[in-house]
Amino acid sequence: MATSVEELIPIKPKPSEAWNVERIRKDFPVLSQTVNGKPLIYLDNAASSQVPTMVIERGAQYLQHEHSNIHRGVHYLSMKATTAYEGAREKVKRFINARDAKECIFVRGATEGINLVMHGYGRKFIGAGDEIIISAMEHHANIVPWQMLCEEKGAKLRVIPMNDAGELLMDDYDSLLNDKTKLVAVGHVSNALGTVNPIKEIIESAHKYGVPVLIDGAQMAPHGLIDVQDLDADFYAFSGHKMFAPTGSGVLYGKARLLESMNPFQGGGDMIKSVTFEKTTYADLPNKMEAGTPAIASQIGLGAAIDYLNIIGREKAAGYERELLRYATERLSAIEGVRIVGTAREKLSVLSFTIENVHPHDIGTILDQQGIAVRAGHHCAQPVMQHFKIPATARASFAFYNTKQEVDVLAEAIEKVIEVFS
Amino acid sequence: MSELSELYQQVILDHNKKPRNFHKLENANRKADGYNPLCGDQLSVYLHVDGDQVQDVSFEGSGCAISKASASMMTQAVKGKTKEEAEALFKEFHRMATGELDEESEPNHLGKLTIFAGVRDFPARVKCATLSWHTMYAALNNEMKASTE
Repeated sequence: MATSVEELIPIKPKPSEAWNVERIRKDFPVLSQTVNGKPLIYLDNAASSQVPTMVIERGAQYLQHEHSNIHRGVHYLSMKATTAYEGAREKVKRFINARDAKECIFVRGATEGINLVMHGYGRKFIGAGDEIIISAMEHHANIVPWQMLCEEKGAKLRVIPMNDAGELLMDDYDSLLNDKTKLVAVGHVSNALGTVNPIKEIIESAHKYGVPVLIDGAQMAPHGLIDVQDLDADFYAFSGHKMFAPTGSGVLYGKARLLESMNPFQGGGDMIKSVTFEKTTYADLPNKMEAGTPAIASQIGLGAAIDYLNIIGREKAAGYERELLRYATERLSAIEGVRIVGTAREKLSVLSFTIENVHPHDIGTILDQQGIAVRAGHHCAQPVMQHFKIPATARASFAFYNTKQEVDVLAEAIEKVIEVFS
Repeated sequence: MSELSELYQQVILDHNKKPRNFHKLENANRKADGYNPLCGDQLSVYLHVDGDQVQDVSFEGSGCAISKASASMMTQAVKGKTKEEAEALFKEFHRMATGELDEESEPNHLGKLTIFAGVRDFPARVKCATLSWHTMYAALNNEMKASTE
């Protein structure tokens, strides 16, 4: 069996303890390095978050002692690997409160999860004249697959508009829903704006029309509690590499009834019951949706990342991140020439901004010279940039290992950028 | 900010703020649109070519300081050159920006343009500096579109 988490992190913080960010930072080896002669300040967590020692060690343990293919060998290592892989699925099940682990399909990331629904559900159940609703603040991963489907089937893409704060216009959403609507696909948290969308309300309205809802949860999974049963989400996709696990890990949750009704995503090994040249019978869930050898080490790493989040306390981490975002918003707003893009009432962990007369790429390069990693660009959300009539933004995105001191350094570096370009 | 002096030199900041030949060219007989899909920078380069000579050149568009300053200085460098000279300059600039040409040891015609040599230390920004040159080269060769890809 896997080394238990208690062995790897002996001291469990008491719930009453204040957030000890310096102690947390020691869990992330990458954070202790210097970049361009300056201490690394990693503020690109919305793109990819860092990996704690506990996850690295779990992956190494697998590769050193358990590596083998899953679900088929009768030998020792294959059974070890299968146990660890399926153990990670159980952890995911508890992480999102799914009814059953078989509803948690392992995918390469949220993008693959959404594409799985497009191929497995969309291509089977959506046809000419049908409508798919997405929102104005979606990541390209939740736009392009649906455009491809619409083009193939002659279906129509409808878009929930947003206001200038970056909040969805819910009345408009309600009026978009109709008998032709066959699917609603919306992000839980916007990666470009940080807006937390009222997905429970969105799901409830869609269900009145019997329409299933897919939630792109890539930006929520690292920062908040997810309860797919309480939300009554039909599909929920997220990526491991944004929640402290390696790349190549990710999950598509789907209600068993829906996943069973769908076509398999890919054909191949591991997803069948029997194959003859005349006919193939598919395996039961979750294997039906997981053709070929998956990213075993990465998914086991995702399981370890969930253990880590449970140990440090997800609610406490989220509370600390909220405070950090509030502080950063206050600091940056106070700088003349800085404009915050995305000012929704409900926000998480993302601070997009522009500086008057300075292109975001120049901001990104100058901050990098100060050891500060931010993202500059359209954040794979070009329609969001079009809404705000800007080519790009600079984006600082936070995790529970970032500090107020780092925010101060960011604010000072932004002041330097303004000075250089004045 | 000494570590930035390599990239954001005063000349570059000045051209960014006050780009030269930054307008549409009314009597242009060649034009190409350049696009950097990575960052969304786009610009148009206009040429007035008479016989073998680039009589006039201008540009329009939006982008970062590096791409704007590079475009501005490209127009100054290319104006009055023959087609052959302009193409040779494009090739030298491209080789310098990608680190193939050491402007200090290899004879070249880059002059003031060597100010952009620093971009080779910023791989993510090389295309910003070369976009306007690609676009000028495309216009010179009667192609309508240029891309850094």
